Amino acid sequence: MVRIFGILAGLFFVAALSWSLATGAYTAITEPASPTAEHEFYKHPKHLALASDGVFGKFDNQQIQRGFQVYKEVCAACHSLRLVAFRDLTQLGYNEAEVKAIAASFQVPGVDPNTGEANTRPGLAIDYFPKPYPNDIAARAANNNAIPPDLSLMAKARHDGAAYVYSLLTGYQAQPAKLLKEFPDSKTGPGLHYNPYFPNLNLAMAPPLSGPGQVTYGEGNPQPTVDQMAKDVSAFLVWTAEPKLAKRHQTGWPVLLFLIVLTGLAYLAYQNVWRDKKH
Amino acid sequence: MSFPWANHYQPKAPLMRWLDEKLPLPRFVYNAVGAGYPVPRNLNYFWNFGVLAGFMLVVQILTGVILAMHYAPNALVAFDSTEHIMRDVNWGWLLRYGHANGASMFFVVVYIHMFRGLYFGSYKAPREMIWLLGVVIYLLMMATGFMGYVLPWGQMSFWGAKVITGLFSAIPLIGTPLQEWLLGGFAPDNAALNRFFSLHFLLPFVIAAVIILHIWALHIPGSSNPTGVEVKSESDTVPFHPYYTAKDGFGLGVFLILFAFMVFFAPNWLGHPDNYIPANPLSTPAHIVPEWYYWPFYAILRAFTADFFFIPAKLMGVMAMFGAILLLFFLPWLDTSPVRSGKYRPLFRKFFYLLLVDVFILGWMGGLPAEEPYVMISQIASIYYFAHFLIILPIVSSIERPEPMPFSITEAVLGKDDKAVLAPPGSAPAPAA
Repeated sequence: MVRIFGILAGLFFVAALSWSLATGAYTAITEPASPTAEHEFYKHPKHLALASDGVFGKFDNQQIQRGFQVYKEVCAACHSLRLVAFRDLTQLGYNEAEVKAIAASFQVPGVDPNTGEANTRPGLAIDYFPKPYPNDIAARAANNNAIPPDLSLMAKARHDGAAYVYSLLTGYQAQPAKLLKEFPDSKTGPGLHYNPYFPNLNLAMAPPLSGPGQVTYGEGNPQPTVDQMAKDVSAFLVWTAEPKLAKRHQTGWPVLLFLIVLTGLAYLAYQNVWRDKKH
Repeated sequence: MSFPWANHYQPKAPLMRWLDEKLPLPRFVYNAVGAGYPVPRNLNYFWNFGVLAGFMLVVQILTGVILAMHYAPNALVAFDSTEHIMRDVNWGWLLRYGHANGASMFFVVVYIHMFRGLYFGSYKAPREMIWLLGVVIYLLMMATGFMGYVLPWGQMSFWGAKVITGLFSAIPLIGTPLQEWLLGGFAPDNAALNRFFSLHFLLPFVIAAVIILHIWALHIPGSSNPTGVEVKSESDTVPFHPYYTAKDGFGLGVFLILFAFMVFFAPNWLGHPDNYIPANPLSTPAHIVPEWYYWPFYAILRAFTADFFFIPAKLMGVMAMFGAILLLFFLPWLDTSPVRSGKYRPLFRKFFYLLLVDVFILGWMGGLPAEEPYVMISQIASIYYFAHFLIILPIVSSIERPEPMPFSITEAVLGKDDKAVLAPPGSAPAPAA
């Protein structure tokens, strides 16, 4: 009985699926999908090598400090970093006095102790990075109707996180003539910027990095070229997205080593227990 | 039930004797997973996965209870409280990555456990109840995993919740009211997040209770084994402890190495980047995909693209998706071959491997966007999935000629022994090993 009912149910599902398959195949033949500009011209992120890559990855504090400088002097004008607090910067090798000075250089929202009215005050180490816009409406209004996303988790919130950020920052270019020829409707609109590393190819953000002179790196650091700044800020965003990454790798190796030894001993115990039992 | 030759619990210490009279809990453990439970001697490594699944439930409950101490189930702060765990809670990153990857590893071991049952015919009489309870556990795990994925309140959490609860809206007449009742609103919001958190905390304990029934039901006929031949004599079995505790200890070690590697070196490998973007009801992700362990069923859901007579495609998809899991309840009566193990079923074995490949293809397609040719591949793979269980298995089990089987487990292990064959069951002398 179960089998008869089962076979009937099976035939029902097989028939319905075959119908879907046939309909889909018919549509695919009669109305083949037309290629889109996004599909033809999108580029996968470029390769980016950072000290934090791989199972031995650690943070390169000097590079991340440079990246922080780029964030502070360029990106912070539009992008928030709301999950990072000034106190976290001690992890990058800044001492307490430096962190206090960095915090104080930012104005954060406060309350006037006498009147209770909203005002701003210099940041303290416990404060989080302030947002550049009071709310999303202000952010939209200032940026051609696009909200600059928060950068705290950017390196984890996109496929190939850091490489994506790096590719986007260095990927601005003129729209290829081939694209305009094949897809005349896909001309980059006003206020948008062509970038093949962005999924829909047209990005509201103007090229933010312009090259030497924009940021001055301290003694003993490489030249702040666009490429270098993009790499540095990508490394910084890997840290903001996962400040515990280096500790995770550091903890992982002893744990793995311990487990391998434990498993080796467990194997010997297993062999010993079964030594006179054939199985 | 146990076999007549099972070891008996004999407490020696006065305290244990006293305890045994008042509350024989140590005796219970001794008979369940100790020296008092005789187990076939020929179990292979695939029989490790039940213990591993039980271990993962414990890991999930322990990490989950501690995570719940730091997490806030409120739509306004849920995302940030998850990041608070990652950044500010001592070892919070380990707990969260352990819990998120733990869910994946739980499903990995349960899938291997299920495919082991499928290949070796563990669902057949007299073990149908063990299989049925196993399917119940699997369903509960799916529900728990789904609700857990909603809790971080990222983009995939939100849109996953919307799509999955949206499945109920396909039910005629009561669908939309039912969906709104489940969510506590028109779309996932604080009400949904709160109830999902509550249920996500509750269901693992329900799973634990059903696991107790699962193991209870297992102890009535005793464990199955790779030959599928029932235990006949004492020489067929070894006591669970120390033989299988030692083997499971080794298996657990190997498993923990893999688990630790995932947690420490690839914790986001199985996740989706969009879940690091806070939930935004106004912005739909380009591709909404659930967690990998639902992908085969997600592919089946999306394989129905055309209305079938008067049945809308969406309703067909929902029926098929639930049907794909519910048909497992009928498996013991669909496959009527008296031979349990796939080892001695040449025709069944070929279809089994085809099913294995088919489920992998379904899983792969379920994770890809709903575009051609992926949809067509899903459709073909779904056809095989239903045909395998509902049409092929009943037919194969009646036309197949099984290969010769060993007389007993002992014979399978030690080779043919005339003395073992002649001796009546229960009195067979243990052959020299």
